[in-house]
Amino acid sequence: MPQTARRKTKPSIHVVHAIGEEPIFKAGDSVRISVRYPVGHYRVPTYIRGKRGRVEAVIEPRAVNNEEEGFGRNAGLKRHYYRIAIPLTELWPKYSGSPYDGLRIEVFETWLERN
Amino acid sequence: MQPHDDDHGHAKTTVQDDPPPSYYEVMETSVRELLVEKEVIGADEIRHMLEVMDSRTPALGAKIVARAWVDPEFKARLLANGRTACEELGIDFFEDTQFLVLENTEKVHNLLVCTLCSCYPREILGLPPDWYKQKPYRARAVKEPRALLAEFGTVIPDDVEIRVNDSTAMLRYMVLPQRPEGTENFTEEQLASLVTRDAMIGIVRANTPNRKEQSR
Repeated sequence: MPQTARRKTKPSIHVVHAIGEEPIFKAGDSVRISVRYPVGHYRVPTYIRGKRGRVEAVIEPRAVNNEEEGFGRNAGLKRHYYRIAIPLTELWPKYSGSPYDGLRIEVFETWLERN
Repeated sequence: MQPHDDDHGHAKTTVQDDPPPSYYEVMETSVRELLVEKEVIGADEIRHMLEVMDSRTPALGAKIVARAWVDPEFKARLLANGRTACEELGIDFFEDTQFLVLENTEKVHNLLVCTLCSCYPREILGLPPDWYKQKPYRARAVKEPRALLAEFGTVIPDDVEIRVNDSTAMLRYMVLPQRPEGTENFTEEQLASLVTRDAMIGIVRANTPNRKEQSR
């Protein structure tokens, strides 16, 4: 996905990046979706929590955490969303279709763990 | 009320009052009226936004697909950045979301869903169909996409990978269907007429020229 694989131009001098400015994960990384059940507005469906997948791409540009935005806090720290690939056989152990069938879903950085 | 043909079960209900508004409808009306009253937004702005949304139809998506079929360089730009490629055609975006165009091939079939609510590429396809917003579709799309597609009349061969794209936050998707065979001499306008809304959701393939003639 060229859009999200887009590289920032390397600066010619050393710069210190702000927190959250650089994506923590990269395409190809193995990840697990966190298992948490906080109260509030969440854009992480329960059916993917605890499931294992792979980062397909980093989604640019960075975005405000919509769990904060859901309560009107729409400024401040931004982080990346990632396009995550999860096999349907991982989501549904009894899945009877092709083992190559999969889900693609965007997940905010704070919900991803290294696997 | 004049007595009407009683064989019509629905005839008597046409003048019935609507059911009382739900909790969330009351909340929406209250917030909207307060925003107008406090002059945060104007009533005309709300009306205008509804007019903008209703002006968007699948014909826009079909135009994009047809352009991608005839212009490989446009297609490459469209797959690289859906937003800027659509803006080239004069289609602007009113939501602050990214637009990802997913290409169906001989080996991959993409399907769109929003399991949490009804995220949909409204700028490009207009309002989503009712079934797209209902729970059976939303649940089954991610759980048994092959059976679901078969019920829509689309059988995906076992050696074709299905990718179910769940739109949950900041991405909106559109499927770029495969160009049908037998359309080598078609104009861009003729090609666009083969592309339906459901083909751009990944429910069906684009119509073939024969299918189109039959449906006339």
